[in-house]
Amino acid sequence: MSAEHGPGAQRCREMFARLSEYIDGELDPEICAVIEGHMDDCAPCEAFLESLRRTVDLARDLPPHELPEGVARELVEAYRRTRESRDSRESDSP
Amino acid sequence: MDPLETDRQLLEAIRRDDPAAFEEFVRRYGSRIYGFGVRVCGEPEAAKDVAQETLLQAFRSVKDVQEPKALRSWLYRVVSNACLMRRRKRKHEPRRELSLDELMPGGPDEAGIQIPDAADLPDVEAAREEAREAVHAGIAELSPEYRMVLLLRDIEQLSTKETADALELNESTVKMRLHRARLMLRKVLVERLGMTPEKKGNPS
Repeated sequence: MSAEHGPGAQRCREMFARLSEYIDGELDPEICAVIEGHMDDCAPCEAFLESLRRTVDLARDLPPHELPEGVARELVEAYRRTRESRDSRESDSP
Repeated sequence: MDPLETDRQLLEAIRRDDPAAFEEFVRRYGSRIYGFGVRVCGEPEAAKDVAQETLLQAFRSVKDVQEPKALRSWLYRVVSNACLMRRRKRKHEPRRELSLDELMPGGPDEAGIQIPDAADLPDVEAAREEAREAVHAGIAELSPEYRMVLLLRDIEQLSTKETADALELNESTVKMRLHRARLMLRKVLVERLGMTPEKKGNPS
């Protein structure tokens, strides 16, 4: 690693601030090219970027939660009762 | 089927007071709202309450949503507010934005520690479970402001704009919080699953 690279170096700090936007494809192509050029020269930043990308992939890999069937049923029942009581009030009113 | 079209149909059914609309609303959004609640509240029981409250409350006012494409961010706004109200009742939490310097790795060795690749996790349930538990633990350590941004962007896969709309933030704050949240999550994953460069590719 050359002296101008490393976690404390100004250039690396600038890259570090933009890595999520880079992963998300939210940066202009010119800025992407600068980041990619830096990654070619700086092994710690390259490894860090890869670990951040893997962090995002692991989060996206979490299985979804399912609303428990009983909760869904209770909700639909509660709604049906509210609706019936509203309809009967409306039909009773003159 | 185009999801926008389906949401348009759902909104139309709700507006004309179709009796089947609520069940369809619960079927389509119940698990998403519950899952978000579990991850924000950290407790399935609290998440059940949040999901019930949110679905009923949201259904009553969803008629006001003009555009189908705004429905998802609007729903997450309702559930985020419900989750935050619950947490604020429990305890006061600091609301300080973390500086990037606090999150930078300490040196090249620390920057070089690698974590497993989700695509290459061995086809062994224990290994996948260990990775999931580490992600859950990392998410649980985030303060709600960071956690909700990460959940909406990386788990619920909302865009930056949708997340900004849901949390009533500007887009640059969403990006800033997302980056910090990912950095904090990475730190936890490194602590729990980290492989030194020598061990890279061989997590056992």
